[in-house]
Amino acid sequence: MRAVFFLAALASVLAVLLICLFLFGNGVPALLKIGIFKFLAGQEWAPSDVPPLFGILPMIAGSLYVTACALILGVPVGILTAVFLARVCPPRLYRFLKPGVDLLAGIPSVVYGFFGMAALVPHFHSSILSAGILLGVMILPTMAGIAESALRAVPEHYYEGALALGAGHYRAVFRVILPAARSGVLAAVVLGMGRAVGETMAVIMVAGNQARMPNSIFQGVRTLTANIVMEMGYAAELHRGALIATGVVLFVFILLVNLCLSALNRRIT
Amino acid sequence: MNVFDITDLNLWYGKFQALQNINMSASEAEITALIGPSGCGKSTLLKTLNRMNDLVPGCRVTGSVCLSGMDIYGNLNVNDLRKRVGMVFQKPNPFPMSVYDNIAFGPRTHGVKSRYALDEAVENSLKAAAIWDEVKDRLRKSALGLSGGQQQRLCIARALAVKPEVLLLDEPTSALDPISTGKIEELLLELKNDYSIIIVTHNMQQATRISDQTAFFLLGEMIEYDSTEKIFSMPQDKRTEDYVTGRFG
Repeated sequence: MRAVFFLAALASVLAVLLICLFLFGNGVPALLKIGIFKFLAGQEWAPSDVPPLFGILPMIAGSLYVTACALILGVPVGILTAVFLARVCPPRLYRFLKPGVDLLAGIPSVVYGFFGMAALVPHFHSSILSAGILLGVMILPTMAGIAESALRAVPEHYYEGALALGAGHYRAVFRVILPAARSGVLAAVVLGMGRAVGETMAVIMVAGNQARMPNSIFQGVRTLTANIVMEMGYAAELHRGALIATGVVLFVFILLVNLCLSALNRRIT
Repeated sequence: MNVFDITDLNLWYGKFQALQNINMSASEAEITALIGPSGCGKSTLLKTLNRMNDLVPGCRVTGSVCLSGMDIYGNLNVNDLRKRVGMVFQKPNPFPMSVYDNIAFGPRTHGVKSRYALDEAVENSLKAAAIWDEVKDRLRKSALGLSGGQQQRLCIARALAVKPEVLLLDEPTSALDPISTGKIEELLLELKNDYSIIIVTHNMQQATRISDQTAFFLLGEMIEYDSTEKIFSMPQDKRTEDYVTGRFG
């Protein structure tokens, strides 16, 4: 019986291992062939030129800008949503609000993309801003859900202690409960960030996808994920390798973010 | 002078009546002990005095509780009330932040901003709670790293930092070892010169050691209220006698 559980646990580890093997096995040779510096810092992406240019700096910048934009918009709203759900909302409203927020998590990203095309692109064009706003909405349910459970896990006696000192409800919530839940809230932000960096379909539909260095948030931009999806269908040889290497960059990026989170958490506790 | 005058106080949790017709008063600069078996209503009464019972859904209060002549269930702002009536809980509950920020929380809540005033409030409160020497070198470290007894004295210091008139303590030593308990009792005896103290205790020796007045509660009723000496040496009520001599409870 134990073996069954062990195998089940092994499945996900095995999957991660296989993904690593595939990514690095296919991506690293291309990376070395292009040259790591040329690949990461190159500002030109022209795979059909002779000789081809494989610089992904515009896409790295694109992913960073779009993610930053999503976090700036999504993090405050997500945290305030969590605070409202966990500590302010009357129970009767909660019964409508909570499923509403959860439902947001279940909407397929292509539907978000349609929404963005219909509601955002007419105002902000296909741009960093459109993609950022859309992603800001998409990461809300993830962040609100995790931050809410972190807030609910804070022992009630902190709240009572704050009230007993003459603090009002909101002061107790924002100055005692929220700081007490900071490691969980931080985890929520990082997960939202992971979602924003990794999101593909919705971003492709509203970001414009031009492979060039953006110099304003009203310009179109191509993210790392978009780069892979848009060209994988016809890429061959070194071009294909370069796209997989783009995946390697994405993977390493997510890994770094998670490492930063655990380092931060260790410092807090 | 009385700090608290309680008149015809009744309290219900939903349909359950937890306090019945309580009439008592607590004097300034004295320690008043509330004793009685578990579930007798003594903690409930304590929480009525700073309106922490407001947090319990379905809690209903009739009668009047006056703090220096002002009805606390009337038009007194509840945050102002809690500033004037501090509370220390059964389980030490320092906030998960630094020692300094724990103490400064109260003054900051009530509008103290200057660095100098905060430093002074922190130092004075920690000194008043007899814990300054133990924490002065670690003011910036987390309060959760302190021992249970130190945490409880920190909570007393935190309550003192808002300069209350009354200090309510809900079995403050029940989670502590005898040495920490002794330190806190010593501290309370010192504090009673400046604050009126009302303490709920399970420990009858503790009541005799530190309190001036003692009230005995049973099943939501106040059975007897007199000087501590009288309650323990010649109680008027048979039930009080049975309890203080250890026949039940």
